Order: sequence, then structure tokens, then C-alpha cells
Amino acid sequence: MPAVSKGDGMRGLAVFISDIRNCKSKEAEIKRINKELANIRSKFKGDKALDGYSKKKYVCKLLFIFLLGHDIDFGHMEAVNLLSSNKYTEKQIGYLFISVLVNSNSELIRLINNAIKNDLASRNPTFMCLALHCIANVGSREMGEAFAADIPRILVAGDSMDSVKQSAALCLLRLYKASPDLVPMGEWTARVVHLLNDQHMGVVTAAVSLITCLCKKNPDDFKTCVSLAVSRLSRIVSSASTDLQDYTYYFVPAPWLSVKLLRLLQCYPPPEDAAVKGRLVECLETVLNKAQEPPKSKKVQHSNAKNAILFETISLIIHYDSEPNLLVRACNQLGQFLQHRETNLRYLALESMCTLASSEFSHEAVKTHIDTVINALKTERDVSVRQRAADLLYAMCDRSNAKQIVSEMLRYLETADYAIREEIVLKVAILAEKYAVDYSWYVDTILNLIRIAGDYVSEEVWYRVLQIVTNRDDVQGYAAKTVFEALQAPACHENMVKVGGYILGEFGNLIAGDPRSSPPVQFSLLHSKFHLCSVATRALLLSTYIKFINLFPETKATIQGVLRAGSQLRNADVELQQRAVEYLTLSSATVLEEMPPFPERESSILAKLKRKKGPGAGSALDDSRRDPSSHDINGGVEPTPSTVSTPSPSADLLGLRAAPPPAAPPAPSGAGNLLVDVFSDSPATQPGLGPSPEEAFLSELEPPAPESPMALLADPAPAADPGPEDIGPPIPEADELLNKFVCRNNGVLFENQLLQIGVKSEFRQNLGRMYLFYGNKTSVQFQNFSPTVVHPGDLQTHLAVQTKRVASQVDGGAQVQQVLNIECLRDFLTPPLLSVRFRYGGAPQSLTLKLPVTINKFFQPTEMAAQDFFQRWKQLSLPQQEAQKIFKANHPMDAEVTKAKLLGFGSALLDNVDPNPENFVGAGIIQTKALQVGCLLRLEPNAQAQMYRLTLRTSKEPVSRHLCELLAQQF
Amino acid sequence: MIRFILIQNRAGKTRLAKWYMQFDDDEKQKLIEEVHAVVTVRDAKHTNFVEFRNFKIIYRRYAGLYFCICVDVNDNNLAYLEAIHNFVEVLNEYFHNVCELDLVFNFYKVKENTSSGQTGQSHVFAVP
Repeated sequence: MPAVSKGDGMRGLAVFISDIRNCKSKEAEIKRINKELANIRSKFKGDKALDGYSKKKYVCKLLFIFLLGHDIDFGHMEAVNLLSSNKYTEKQIGYLFISVLVNSNSELIRLINNAIKNDLASRNPTFMCLALHCIANVGSREMGEAFAADIPRILVAGDSMDSVKQSAALCLLRLYKASPDLVPMGEWTARVVHLLNDQHMGVVTAAVSLITCLCKKNPDDFKTCVSLAVSRLSRIVSSASTDLQDYTYYFVPAPWLSVKLLRLLQCYPPPEDAAVKGRLVECLETVLNKAQEPPKSKKVQHSNAKNAILFETISLIIHYDSEPNLLVRACNQLGQFLQHRETNLRYLALESMCTLASSEFSHEAVKTHIDTVINALKTERDVSVRQRAADLLYAMCDRSNAKQIVSEMLRYLETADYAIREEIVLKVAILAEKYAVDYSWYVDTILNLIRIAGDYVSEEVWYRVLQIVTNRDDVQGYAAKTVFEALQAPACHENMVKVGGYILGEFGNLIAGDPRSSPPVQFSLLHSKFHLCSVATRALLLSTYIKFINLFPETKATIQGVLRAGSQLRNADVELQQRAVEYLTLSSATVLEEMPPFPERESSILAKLKRKKGPGAGSALDDSRRDPSSHDINGGVEPTPSTVSTPSPSADLLGLRAAPPPAAPPAPSGAGNLLVDVFSDSPATQPGLGPSPEEAFLSELEPPAPESPMALLADPAPAADPGPEDIGPPIPEADELLNKFVCRNNGVLFENQLLQIGVKSEFRQNLGRMYLFYGNKTSVQFQNFSPTVVHPGDLQTHLAVQTKRVASQVDGGAQVQQVLNIECLRDFLTPPLLSVRFRYGGAPQSLTLKLPVTINKFFQPTEMAAQDFFQRWKQLSLPQQEAQKIFKANHPMDAEVTKAKLLGFGSALLDNVDPNPENFVGAGIIQTKALQVGCLLRLEPNAQAQMYRLTLRTSKEPVSRHLCELLAQQF
Repeated sequence: MIRFILIQNRAGKTRLAKWYMQFDDDEKQKLIEEVHAVVTVRDAKHTNFVEFRNFKIIYRRYAGLYFCICVDVNDNNLAYLEAIHNFVEVLNEYFHNVCELDLVFNFYKVKENTSSGQTGQSHVFAVP
């Protein structure tokens, strides 16, 4: 290339630039520029032809004016003229002007393209390079259309000079990025790959850039580049620092080329050819080895260039993720950098390690640096480094170190930069949930999070904690207690009020027993925050208040007073006003009260009458409701529903959500006891009034009168229903579906493409009520829809199930509800069957399921002291009274989960009975109409062997065995 | 891949801007201001890398000038950092002790130096 010395500048231009710089004001500058523009215009318009130098100078001035931010509307033609000059400096200025100022002016483009074409064909490498640079700089579609076909030819032509090839490769790359469709793949692609072998390092570097981009879309076309890249890389890394002369940068041979080759290799999987792979692994090892060598120069440029290669090598090792040895070495190398005095290196090491942490081979090695990383989080001055440290902690977190990492992040959060708080909050929330072994820890963590950085806790985070608390009854009491305590802080964040309001509204009853957190105290605590909160939070609190009225009648008067206050009833906000008005009305009406006893149960006489009269005796049914005798017979034994704190039974159970309904009613035992005051008008639930467990336990009470009215009611359903012989066998998964319901009462019993069946049930003593929800998932009406309950064998003498008929048509997307009243007469082993038949689009459908009624539903938990327990245990020592099973755990052995399951099963859990705290001991009585069966159980988990031993002792042999089998399938 | 190169002085005056992506003029002006705001607040103890929108900026300060390269997030930080230095060395060689004014008066030569959009070899920046 022609040498351009400093003295070759344009004097006029330099003077002009100086003048502009000396201008004191913007106005002076504009004045000077206008003067110059007038001058140039007159020169260009003048009759005298300008020489090349003047043209160049004026075009250059125009360019400068343009770069200062002024519009230029002339001079393009003169610039195009410069393109055809034979002087390099003139041509160069012409191209520069075009590159900066060209737009899609059609007339001009044609002239420019013509000039470029001439230069490309000129065989003068300098001119060719200028033309190629111009194409690349403009990079427009029009340029692409005009030249995309020529450039590959120039690139692979045997006679092109190295500098031209280099420019052609980069120009093609630019065009390909702008409009890939204009660059056709062809036979030239294979030859481009071979440029990797070129003698000239500049050509190789440009070619690698081009191939890296092209191969992403057409990996197969360029596959051969892998072995060529490996051999090139190998030659570079093994060369001495002086071999490559011009391409050695501070004693590092060709650092940029090495980095580019390593990046190219990351576009492909590890080489399959063993020889290539061996050579590559050798290269990677060499790079890692060189990192350990003493530096050849103290200059930072040397170490930067060396480490650029090292980091790219590590990226490749991580990309392959198949060489455990290299991964661990990489990790150790990065570990050294973590304490390097160069901030850049610490930053990059943290960043790289983050990806290493996700590899199974190096995860453990990364974890060993936890203390250094935590230290970085605390002490780094640059926020971006601290952020990388937080990222790395997040990436290396697993069950073993979650508590430490989460607590460190929480501590960091107190002083963290505002810019990254929200991210840290999210990370903490995710880790806490992902690795929570014990959910009270999770609740603590999230509440801490709200306390420390409430502003940064997004809605999703506090929604999530509510979802988890709602779905896990083992943590509800703890959560209620913790939020109650947290709310006592004089200043607490609004998010805390939201969480507190929601949790106390749902589960405040679980801590209401403690006088320090009695319902009035809870209410006044929440209400003390009310006035400081936003509208949305106040709306939430109002909902909490109405729940309180429901849960705690003693707060009703106070809360009604609050709702009635003018500030609520006449609140300027429509939402708050509406809530206050509606809640106030609801609280005074009976809507929220418990359901009265069922009126719809028919008397046996009426049922008989109806059968005689046949269908159409609907009015007789209505009469029965007013028949006082039916109340006399059934009223005393009616259970009262315990749906007080749960949504109404028809609420969205079968909505579009696939998950089981979130607000499960309290488990029959544990939480149930705490709810006693709510059901105070249901004498049966008062422990003192029921048959005393002390006396009744273990004794089989024969019924005073074997023929109970219920037994008559249990006669097979109306004649229209198919007999048991008509129905098909239960579907294969019926047992499995049944198992899901042994320890819980609500959920989705069955689902296919047509139909979803949801269950919601409650049991008290020997009675139960079950709501079945049939949801039509299609858009077509089901016809002749008839669900019936069938008692196989002599089950009906053991279990009475009374069903209500449902409508025989179910519209598309609609849901119907069926209520079943259940009475357990004697102990039973097999569940009743539920047969569902209907016509869907003309085709008959039938389905038989097992109704989720198992003997344990009639459990009544019994608390007793250790001494009593052992005494009774010994009393039941006959071999046939005991059933034992040793089995392998099917689920993770989590004590909290086990506890929840046992409570769900129905027995009481007795603490401090078994000398081994790992073991679970429970007691309960199975209530049937005819007799009561005392039942003791013991579950011994063996975490090492992942086995359980379950022992049941009851006063009735088949019951022992049956319960043992049912329960064993739950773990 | 390089998205753009900016050379600015401490006052935020642009001495060189080279774009490898399509931006309209307003967008360019906004980017220039944002880069200036991001880079000038950092001190010597900080890294030479800043996250920037969906990209990152690798920058280095020489006397009163900030040399900034905006690249993709997965690009090699140190390689670009040294590319900046390499570029400065080339300028230094060419102008014999380069200073900011050289870039002002010889803007047309500097512009030419950066036309290819790919770094990585001493000769990319070779003097025309």
C-alpha cells in the first residue's frame, strides 16, 4: 500500500478545522460553516474545472461538516467523480464520503456501482480493497444484490492477493449478516474451508470469522473445518513465542486467531475422529499448562492475551462437557483467578465458573470455592463483580449448601446495590423453594426477604409463598405464628401486611388458641396497619376481616363496626366501598353460617311409596322435606359440614386448573381439633360428648338394634339404575386412583379427554358426605348421564351410600354436582363402585371407578399418654390382631410428609411414645354404626435402607390387615 | 461480533463512531449518550467490562479518551480489550505519539482504519 506520511495532509482542511475549533460560540461555528459551504458550492459550480486535489479537499471538508452534525445536500457527484481517480488518496476520500453519506439515491447508486465494478476488476489490490471496504461499509441490500455473486469468486480465486482475500472474506461476512439470502452457498464453500490452511495469517483470521458465521446455518457444509481448525490451532499453541513474528502479540502467538479458532470449534460437537480429538485435547492441555508457566512479560497485555485464549479454551471444554479431567483442571485454574489482584480476571473467573457449576463433572469442584465467592460478594468494589458472585452462588447451590448460600444472600441483600436487589430477591426465593427440606425454613426465608427488601419482592414471590403454605398443611400453623410475630414490628413492609393478612385470614385459627394471639389480638394487629396501606392491600385486608367474622364469631361485632365506619362505607375507592358494603351485608346475613342439617334425606316409607308409584312422584319428595318424622329419624345423627373455611363446594373445583383445589379443608384430625369452637353447635364433634375414647376403646360395641333405619335406606338405588351385574369391571387404574385418596379427601378422582370427576368429602364419626363433581370437558352435551353407586357383594350391609340423582344432560363445558351421604354400618374391606354412563355424540360411554371411601375415613383420632398406649398395645397381643408389613419406600422419606400422611390417614399422632424419635406412633378408633374398632399403629422408617416397617394392631383381624395394606401403599 | 465502536472524550464528545448494525440517527445519539454515562462513572478498580442492554461494552481509557467496543455477551472480553490496545498502538505508531487532536485533524484516516468490522489481527488496522 502506498505510504501516506503525516505531511501529506490538506492544508486548507487543517485551517478549516482549526477555525471551527477556535469558534467561541455555536453561532460563530455555524457562521464559519455557512461561509465554507458557500465557498465550496461556488467552487463546484464554477466554470473552472477543479483538479483532483481541490476536489478531494472540498469533499473532505464537506464530510467534516457532515460529521459535525450538519446536513449536506450537495457534493455527491464530486465524490463519485473522485472514485474514478487513479490516485489512492483521492479515491480513498471519495469512497469514504460515499460510505458515510450515501443513501438510496438511485441515479447515484448506479454510478457508484459502476465505479466499484471497475475497481474490483482492476487487478490493483489497493483499489480492490477500497472497493470491498466500501461495499462492506455500506452493506445495504442494493450493494448485496449487485456484488454478492462476485465476492466469493474473488475470495477463492487463485490469483487474488492475500490482502484482497482478507478484505473479500470480511466483506462477504458483512453482506451475509445483512441479507443471508443474497449469498448463495456453492462450490466455493469447500474452498473457503481450505483457506484455514492459508500461508497468510490475516487470510486465515478473516476466513475463520466468515466460516464461524456461515457454519451456524449450514453446519454440514462446513464440517471439514473442524479438523483443519484443530491442526491450525495445534500449530499455533505449540509454536514458540517468536515463530509468528508479526502475529505475536506481547509474546503470545496469534492470540486473536487462537480465540477465533476455539470459538469456531464451539459450533460443533467434539470431533468423532479419535486422532483429531486426541490432538485437540492435547492443545487444550497445552493451553492449561501454559497458564501455569511464569509470565514472559510483566505487561498486562501479555497476561490479557494469554488469558483470552485460556478463557476461550475453558469455554470449549465446558461446551464439550465430556472430559471430566479437563473440567476439573479448568475449575482449579479459575479458582486461582478468584483471588487474583486484577479485577477483570476475578470477574471473568466468576462468570466462567457459573457455567462450570452446571456440569455434573465439575459441580463439586466449583462448590469448594464457596467461601471465596461469598467473600467476593461481601468485599468486591465493582457491583458487576458482586453480581457475578451472586450468580455463581446461585449456580453452585444445591441441597447441601442451600442454607448457607441463602443466608449469605439475605445478608448481602441488606447492603446490596439497588440495581441488583430485585434479582437477588428472586434468586433467594427460587433457591429457598427449590431446596427447602423443611418448609418452616422456607417460610422464614421469604418473610426475611420481605422484611429486608420488601420493595423488591415482586408479586410472584409473595403469591408463591401463599401457594406453598396453602398446599402444605404441615407448615400452616408455623406460617401463621411467624407472620403474626413479623407483623408486630413497628414498621413493616406492605408486602408483609399482604402476606400476613392472607395467612391469618386462612390459618389464623391455628394460633387462636394462644391468648397472646387470640382472634381480637390478631384483628387489631392487622387493623393497625390498615390505614397505612395502599388500596389493593386494604381490599385484601377487608377480605381477611370477613374471613375472621367467619372463623371467630367473637370478632364479629368489632369488625362489623369497622366495616360500618364511614371511611369504609363511603370510601372514595369503588373497590373498597363495594367490599365494605357487601361484606357488611354478608356478615349480617346467614350466608356465611354453617349449613343446616340436610333436609333432603327421604324416609324409608316415602322411598317405598315412590317405588310403588314409579317415577313422577316428585311432589311426594317435596312433601318429605316438610315431614317432621324424617327429621326425627335422621336429625340426631346428621353430621354438620366442615366447609366453613373452605370455598363453597361448587367453587371451581373442576375449573380449568389441573392441580387439586388449593384450599384443602383441614385434615380430619390435627387441624380439626383446633376448629372445635367453630363447630360448637355440632355436639358430635365435642370430644367430651362423644363416646369416651377411654371406655370405648378396644371394645366392640354391638348395636342396640341391628335393624337401623339407615339399613333400609341403603336398599339399591331406584329401579332404573343398572344392577351390579350390568356394570363393567373397574378401570385398570382404579386402585391407583383410590390410593391417592386414602390420606386425603379432596382432589381429582378421574380425568380423561371427555370427563373430569372431582371429589370433595368430609367424614365425622361413622358418617360422611361426599360431593362428586362431573365436568364435561368437551363442547358437546352428554346425554343420558347417569352416575350410580354400586355395592359389590354384601357391602351394602356394611356401608350405606345414598345418592341424589343428577340431571341426565350435561352441557358442554358444564359441571354437575352429586351429593352422596355415606354411613358406615360395619367395618368393610372393599370400596363401593361408581359407575358412570352417558352418551357422547351418540356413542355410549361407560366407566367404573372405585369410590374413594375406605375404612380409615371413619377414623377418630385418639390422644393418649405413652403408658396407656403400651398397656393397650400389650392387650392386643394376639397374633391375629396384629398385621405387619415391611416394604420399600416409594417416595422420598421426609418426616414432615410422613406425618402429614398419617394425619390424613386419620389416626392421631402420639409424640414421645416411641423411644426412637424417628418412629411414628398413632392411635384412633374406627367408628361404625355397629361397632367401634380400636386401632394402634407404629411406623418405623429406616432411612438407610429406604424401608419402612408398619405394624397395626386392632381388635379385629381383617381390619388390621386391611388398614396395613392401605397405609403401606402410601409411602 | 462487534456491534459498534465509539471513541469519546471525557466530556462525551465523540471522536469516532463506527456502527456495524443498522441504527437510525436518533438511536445512535441515544446510544452514544448512554455509553458515555455508563463508562465515565467507573473507576480504575472496576473491570473493563460493562453490561449494556443486551450486549456488553469492553472499554479502556487512554488519557482523556474512552475507547469502547460494544460486543455480544458471549464474546471474549480479554480478546477485545487487547484489540483496543492494539488499535491504540497502531494509531500511536502512525501518528508518532497519538493524541486526541490527531484524531480530530486526521479523522478521514482514522475512519479508514476501522472499516472492516472484524478485529483480531495486527494487520486489520494496518495503515492504508
